[in-house]
Amino acid sequence: MRGETPAEAGERPSAHSSRRATTVAAPEPGDRVRRARKSSNARIVRWAGVLPFFAYTAVFLLFPTVELMVKSFKGSSGQFTWANVSQLFQGDFASAYVTSIEVSAITAVAGGLLGLFIAYAAVHGRLPAFIRPLLSTFSGVAANFAGIPLAFAFIATLGPTGVITSVLNGAGFHIYNHGFSIFSITGLSLTYVYFQFPLMILIISPSLEGLRAEWREAAQNLGATPAQYWRHVGLPILLPALLGATVLLFGNAFSAYATPYALSGGYINLVPVRIGAILSGNVIVPNPQLGDALAFGMIVIVAAAVSVYVLLQRRAAKWLQ
Amino acid sequence: MATLELKQVRKQFGDVAALRDMTLEVASGEFVSLLGPSGCGKTTALRIVAGFEFPDSGELLVDGRDITGVVANKRNMGMVFQAYSLFPNMTARDNVAYGLRVRGTDKAARQRQAEELLELVGLSDQAKRYPRQLSGGQQQRVALARALAIEPAVLLLDEPLSALDAKVRVTLRQEIRQIQKRLGTTTLYVTHDQEEALSISDRVAVMSAGVLEQVGKPAEIYRDPRTPFVAEFVGTMNRLDGQVAGAESVVVGAGTVRLQIEADHGHPIGAKVLVLIRPESVTLKEAVNGEAAEGALKGRVITHTFLGPVTRLGLDSDLGPLVVDVPGVEALSLASGTGVTLSVDPAGVHLLSAG
Amino acid sequence: MAAVTAARPVRARRRRPSLWALFWLLAGALYFLVPLYSVAQFSLETGAHRYGFHWYAQIFSDPSFRSSFLLSLRLAVETVAISFVLMVPTVYWVHLRLPKLRPTMDMIAVLPFVVPPVALVVGLSGLFSALPSLLASSQILALMYVILALPFTYRSLDAGMRAIDVKTLTEASQSVGSPGWKTLLFVIVPNIRSAMLSAAFLTLAIVMGEYTISSLLLFNTFAVYIYYIGNTEAYQAAALAIISFVLTWGAMMGIFFVSRLAGGRESVQIGGTR
Repeated sequence: MRGETPAEAGERPSAHSSRRATTVAAPEPGDRVRRARKSSNARIVRWAGVLPFFAYTAVFLLFPTVELMVKSFKGSSGQFTWANVSQLFQGDFASAYVTSIEVSAITAVAGGLLGLFIAYAAVHGRLPAFIRPLLSTFSGVAANFAGIPLAFAFIATLGPTGVITSVLNGAGFHIYNHGFSIFSITGLSLTYVYFQFPLMILIISPSLEGLRAEWREAAQNLGATPAQYWRHVGLPILLPALLGATVLLFGNAFSAYATPYALSGGYINLVPVRIGAILSGNVIVPNPQLGDALAFGMIVIVAAAVSVYVLLQRRAAKWLQ
Repeated sequence: MATLELKQVRKQFGDVAALRDMTLEVASGEFVSLLGPSGCGKTTALRIVAGFEFPDSGELLVDGRDITGVVANKRNMGMVFQAYSLFPNMTARDNVAYGLRVRGTDKAARQRQAEELLELVGLSDQAKRYPRQLSGGQQQRVALARALAIEPAVLLLDEPLSALDAKVRVTLRQEIRQIQKRLGTTTLYVTHDQEEALSISDRVAVMSAGVLEQVGKPAEIYRDPRTPFVAEFVGTMNRLDGQVAGAESVVVGAGTVRLQIEADHGHPIGAKVLVLIRPESVTLKEAVNGEAAEGALKGRVITHTFLGPVTRLGLDSDLGPLVVDVPGVEALSLASGTGVTLSVDPAGVHLLSAG
Repeated sequence: MAAVTAARPVRARRRRPSLWALFWLLAGALYFLVPLYSVAQFSLETGAHRYGFHWYAQIFSDPSFRSSFLLSLRLAVETVAISFVLMVPTVYWVHLRLPKLRPTMDMIAVLPFVVPPVALVVGLSGLFSALPSLLASSQILALMYVILALPFTYRSLDAGMRAIDVKTLTEASQSVGSPGWKTLLFVIVPNIRSAMLSAAFLTLAIVMGEYTISSLLLFNTFAVYIYYIGNTEAYQAAALAIISFVLTWGAMMGIFFVSRLAGGRESVQIGGTR
């Protein structure tokens, strides 16, 4: 940050006033009306440029969301009702939400921590310079590899005849005899972590790079141990970004459909999978608006997560920029 | 306050020798600047003293005690970094108090001390502000207060002013010096700005490529450079080839022009030397009728540059190309091609062996 | 980013790497590689301890593979095309004439995250039942994929435009008499090539792996085909998983090299099906 603050710079003559002084001569009365019309025309033209984009997003984002919201509160004869939404809090659907939230939270934290440690290793671990871009690319691959192929890969790894399962069996650890299954929530979580920790690496790396070496050195110089540095300086600075990233990971896991679907054949009790089941007609529900309510509930949760993330990112930017 | 000693410190980075056998003593309460261009090793030396790097060989002594192997956070040295070193999540006061906090001082006491130091650097009213709300100059003042809060044995400053505006630099360097004098803290200051080093140091150590070229008082360094590098790095210097012709004269250039010099130059007759003349040691007179006076040195104005306090003229002369500083603005009116008579102050001529 | 840092001479100031760093990097590498290795092994197993490319051969000769792969590929190209036609002029316009709209655009660009693909399908199901002709051809998928890829396309293009001085280039082009669309096509676009390529590669990766929307709308895209195969032929599915991985890998490498060539920071992004 060079120079003086606004306070110190108060004495400096404003550059703006001199510029304005050299503009146009006094306007004539007719000019003002003409200029006003021209400027409102200009404004219309300006906004016209972004109209296609706004129209597109309105049709494919705004409209579906509003539809869902409206339909969630509509009864079978079109009247306003809480019935659909209240069903979400009961029985199967409620437990679908609970399971979804649990899995998302656990994999967000587990993936988040793993990703954090790896990212920190790459940024501050005094490793060769090529590690950073290499890690970035691999993380991009892993984060994008989610879905059907990932599910198959994990079945090939920890399925009943998986490679690691066989290795563990050979060593005496018959995991399937002890209740483990790749098709369980635990197995699903392990699969989720595969794309969660790379996402964390990608999100948190810029913030870790923003942790200036000068801060650590200054803390050292003033007598702080590494632990003290982390407690007083490092973690407080990093916390908003960390929390924000974890929350984003939560939203990311919550939205997952293909991975759990492929792992469970469509039978696992997660919100996205239930919605898909209703949509494909695999499950008959008392009223069709239930699917809408489920989807709307999903949007509310993910929207909350994304909003929290955005807010925390802004907070983090204050210190790390 | 402590004495600081570097003894034959060596540091290699890969196949680059950052420091070669550096030996330097800083007396208690002394302000020594390490001056040199980028890459000369001055920052490496400072970081070794601070404990962020360890030397490959050599010793570091504070008050006679060997601290070469001591970890950085146990050295009790205060360091002011070039920029961005204030903790962004703490107010100015908390930043300054941090050193005391990790030493276990209780909250009230350390806040009081922090406020005292902030007053010392003139920032009492900014105590509750965060670094991002402060200007560059203010941030560096807080950084200074923070370094001084722990009452360090040695104060280290790594180009603290280079990231600041020119005017702020000039004021702030004086303030740093005044505070240092008041507290009597032993100080090691790194900079590439020779004006800065000359104006505030007790002694200046000029470095180049990992080697100490010359260490001495600012006036000595300026008037009596011992190596060509120092001569050229510090201030502007005219550099001519010559040969000693007599006890008080030296022949410059192709062999016809003689310059009078001071008698005790210490070079044998016939020795090939570098003749160094500061621009301000040459006086000019406009040649009368375009013709120079008989027997005097002649020259012709090629360029002139207005520098504020002086006008710098580039001349072609009997001695070869010369840069001459003339006080005031009258010299600006000397058009290109004007003939002038030169006279060189013998006390302003220095000789260095050319071999 | 932060203000100018004073220049420091380049020095190898690296000490020995930290042991912890090596440990965590190794842990990450293992987590990443083990599943890949496992599925690769499966894909190459032609019998008890016999290995070969048998399954790959079977897949490549399967007409359904070809049709689903090509469908996804076509959709990817269409998505990229629609995205560019929609987004490039828009981002250009915002940078040029409506800079105050940037924060709003940033916010809109995050919205697709908020509406997960499942929810998007449900939300549009009303529209689909009213206009079933929309589902007649796979075009609708491309239109929805544009939304899916929106956050990344926008961010890439926005970053690309920020890196060049849009205003000055446009004014320079106008001063020699070039009309707006020509300026966009011949002046702006060539200068954001790497951003566009990055966006294209990422969209490619997303579309090739997209399952949710296409399966719910009953289209036979590549991922749908993979799932279908997985139900009956485990080994072939493993081979398909490897093929899918190679594709994703290729796209990421594409982004990596493109941004390297442009000299900018590599900003690998994430997207797609979960």
